[in-house]
Amino acid sequence: MSTLLQQAPSLGNTIWFILAAVVLLAVLLGFVTYAIYFERKVIGWMQLRIGPNRVGPLGLLQTVADVTKLLLKEDTRPLHADKALFTLAPILAYAPAFAVLAVMPFTESIQFADLGIGLLYYIALSGITVLGVITAGWASNNKYSLIGGLRSAAQMISYEVPLVMSVVGIVLMTGSMNLREIVEAQRDVWNIVPQFIGFVVFIVAAQAELNRTPFDLPEAESELVAGYHVEYSGFRFAMFMLAEYVYMFGMGTLITILFLGGWLPIHPALSFIPGIIWFVLKFSLYVFFQFWLRATMPRMRVDQLMSFAWKVLLPVALFNILLTAVVISYQNGMF
Amino acid sequence: MSEEKRRPTPEEKAQAAAEARAKAEALRKLREQEAAGEASQEAASQMGEQGENTAPESPPAPAPAKPVSEMTPEEKAAAKKAAAAEALAKAQAAKAAKDAAQGGDTGEAGADADAKAKAAAAAKAKAAAAAAAKAKAAREAGGDSADAGGEDAKAKAAAAAKAKAAAAAAAKAKGATGAEDSGADAAPKAPSKNQPYLDKYISRLTEAFGAEVLEASYINELAKEVPTLVITNERWHEVAPFLKEDEQLGFDYLSDLHGVDYEDRMEVYYHLYSYKNRQSVAVKVKTSREQSSVPSVMNVWQGANWNERETFDLLGIHFPGHRDLRRILLPDDWVGYPLRKDYVQYDEEV
Amino acid sequence: MNQNILTTQVETSPDTGIRTEEMLLNVGPQHPSTHGVFRLVVKIDGETIREAIPVMGYLHRGTEKLAENLNYTQIIPYTDRMDYVSAMTNNYVLCHAVETMMGLEIPERAQFLRLIAMELNRVASHLVWWGTYLLDIGAMGPFLYAFRDREMILDLFNELCGARMTFNYMRVGGVKWDAPPGWIEKAKDFVQYMKKELPSYHQLVTGNEIFISRIKGIGKFDSKTALDYSLSGVMLRSTGIKWDIRKDEPYCIYDRFEFDVPTATEGDCMARYHLRMAEIEQSLRILEQALDQFPAEGEIIGKVPRVIRPPAGETYVRIESPRGEIGCYIASQGKDKPWRLKFRRPSFTNLQILPKLLEGENLANMIAILGSIDIVLGEVDC
Repeated sequence: MSTLLQQAPSLGNTIWFILAAVVLLAVLLGFVTYAIYFERKVIGWMQLRIGPNRVGPLGLLQTVADVTKLLLKEDTRPLHADKALFTLAPILAYAPAFAVLAVMPFTESIQFADLGIGLLYYIALSGITVLGVITAGWASNNKYSLIGGLRSAAQMISYEVPLVMSVVGIVLMTGSMNLREIVEAQRDVWNIVPQFIGFVVFIVAAQAELNRTPFDLPEAESELVAGYHVEYSGFRFAMFMLAEYVYMFGMGTLITILFLGGWLPIHPALSFIPGIIWFVLKFSLYVFFQFWLRATMPRMRVDQLMSFAWKVLLPVALFNILLTAVVISYQNGMF
Repeated sequence: MSEEKRRPTPEEKAQAAAEARAKAEALRKLREQEAAGEASQEAASQMGEQGENTAPESPPAPAPAKPVSEMTPEEKAAAKKAAAAEALAKAQAAKAAKDAAQGGDTGEAGADADAKAKAAAAAKAKAAAAAAAKAKAAREAGGDSADAGGEDAKAKAAAAAKAKAAAAAAAKAKGATGAEDSGADAAPKAPSKNQPYLDKYISRLTEAFGAEVLEASYINELAKEVPTLVITNERWHEVAPFLKEDEQLGFDYLSDLHGVDYEDRMEVYYHLYSYKNRQSVAVKVKTSREQSSVPSVMNVWQGANWNERETFDLLGIHFPGHRDLRRILLPDDWVGYPLRKDYVQYDEEV
Repeated sequence: MNQNILTTQVETSPDTGIRTEEMLLNVGPQHPSTHGVFRLVVKIDGETIREAIPVMGYLHRGTEKLAENLNYTQIIPYTDRMDYVSAMTNNYVLCHAVETMMGLEIPERAQFLRLIAMELNRVASHLVWWGTYLLDIGAMGPFLYAFRDREMILDLFNELCGARMTFNYMRVGGVKWDAPPGWIEKAKDFVQYMKKELPSYHQLVTGNEIFISRIKGIGKFDSKTALDYSLSGVMLRSTGIKWDIRKDEPYCIYDRFEFDVPTATEGDCMARYHLRMAEIEQSLRILEQALDQFPAEGEIIGKVPRVIRPPAGETYVRIESPRGEIGCYIASQGKDKPWRLKFRRPSFTNLQILPKLLEGENLANMIAILGSIDIVLGEVDC
């Protein structure tokens, strides 16, 4: 795959590119379909319910039916909405979520682009998602979606800071921003151990970045009905849902790579199990954790959320950087 | 009653009481003549004689607030009669337990009567020169014995006396009781446990505002014997804050407020509660159907806000003084007031 | 039901020329957190509420007007539809008012059945509140736990009177249906089950940091304000006033049972949360005693005339519903239909304080405060 990038552009490798993207998209859609199914089942069990069990065996086709319904629905648009932006917003939200996956090394061999600054690329692109959310909130010409959009902007921008800060420690330890090298550097011990503070900050900030419980304020249904996508329906709404779950996919991948050792086995003796299995296992663990939180936690208030980001998470993340820097300097014999 | 006499200090009260006692003694003979002389005042004079017989043993009556020396001749006459009635009340109290038992019920009957209310007003206002001369003595008898009822110790007996007097007055002067009166034909029975409270409320109100603020007062047997006061519409805006602020009353909680359409009039019903004294009182204010208006108590009890709006919405009673009197349950463009008995639906399709 | 209740101001900054306008937000009539068709017009500046005006009446059915053309037994089903979360207390207050007027004796067994039904209903009502309040705060799980347990109560009611929410169970003079065989045992089992279940509720929610930070110190008022605004029930008790009509003006047979009236002094949403939870415990305590003393046999309806004609006059009685003080006023002219019937609805009266509480709060607190008042729109609009 990587060799394709080095070649001169031609019709042949362009088709390959497109094919690869389509395959990834298919994998993604499969993931999203069953992540939603999994989420509903898990939360159902936690809440003494059964969850979807009607469409297909064990309800496995429930999400397929839901998506089909969304795609077949009439495409409604508020009369006074900003037409261009209203159409653009779901794309703006979805495209970066999909694009970040390009640099993710799922295993040693399965990766689309091996960028030297993979981490930076991820952070930069994921920052664009917020534009989609604000645009959606504004263009809908609805007060609830406007408030939801602005909340979302404030929240995502605020939490991006501790999110980035929390991974600086890893960059310091590894000395690289290349995601593949970060994984390789965890051969001895996963980053979750030396960078535990960073891990905690990252998990919390990631929840907020993903707008998920307990930080799901932008779409706080009890206050804002549905937040920024209150006016969206049909396939545009499906795009937002897709973006949310793809972004979750991306975040899960990133956490697995940064902190959980990527495709590395839990112990070298278990290396006969293929890397992709390990990757999927760790990744699923994170996704399950997400759902678990959603089933238990109430929602924070918007002012608490902001003060938590700036007054708690950011100082802790900065402290983590300082600590890491001191320890590394010590190891390098600076003191 | 003159304005400066509304809230006498305890010393003044005591002094006035002493004076009154002396006066009562001194005037007894004169009163006897007068009372006897007024042939038309059958009930009053009869009772006056009873009072005469037993007065020496009877406990002192509460005082008319005005010293004799300040009185106009008319007032003096009135005071005499009042004193007679007081003495009579005491006398009866001391005399007949049986009477008391009977009186409790008829007392309610009498209390309901408009005549009685007017009598109370007349009696309390010692300067009530405008009162009809004919029924005066009887009325005053009724009114003052109500005063006497304020004394805790003799409350029940006094109520009995009041009842007799009031009944007599009612029978004599008007001969009819109020339409809402339900106790009139009930069998005689013991006075209600809430009677002392009712008497206390009456005495506080009459002390502060004069008896004319009370149109009627009675124990409502049907509503767990809640003391019920009917306050005149014109004075309600003064009485309401008093009911809340007065130390002995302290009705700080408005439990319910609503209106009733009685076809010939409207009534607004308030159920008040005092958390300090753990007592209830029901207050009713009447208004006409055509120009129905009752002063708002929103400034006294905030809780009246929506209740008044609801009453306005459904019954069309206006509450001057309410800050935001709009319809609350029905749409703003609704025509008519549905809970009025003559309400006709504007649009049958609705 | 008004369109233009609030006006907003448009300001243009002299320096920058930027035009700012306050925003009017219609919360409801269709909104997930207004617990029914209730509308709140709020003027907001950012997320801060400047002014809030409640608008209601969307569920107004004219119960009081309808009642004037119905005889007393026919009115009972209408009371079910008022506070549909706790219909037993509504049933009771109407029957109690008529019985007070007529001076009727209620048979022992009927009294017990009434009390048990009312207390079970109180537990059910508080469970619904607990679930929906947590849903307002953003936690979805508790709602389903609460509804699982409430379902058991509804099943009990179903066996008792054939309905799960609109019971139409009580009659003037007694109750309509006797407890079916084994029902008392089932109710006893439920009480024991619920006593065991309640601690897990606390485990799940009460100690949660986010939950506490959402409701502690929010929606605060003192006892003077509470009295001034005619608040009742938990809203009043949360400010330190110990007042429960079951205890202070006993009706039915509440004076025979031991129970406490929990109070708090903070007057915030947290206090109200704790009080409602404590009230579930106390209701279970009453239920336990009542079920033990339940008379083995007896009449379920007293000697009632064929046509119910209360004497001419008026009455006002009040009892303690899960939401506060529910009162019933009847003006009778000696006929079989009331001249005027009026319900004092605790939801309606308690809601009055909302605009005051909301001033200066932010949108998220609005939901927390509104939820803590515990309103049922069927009752607000009547």
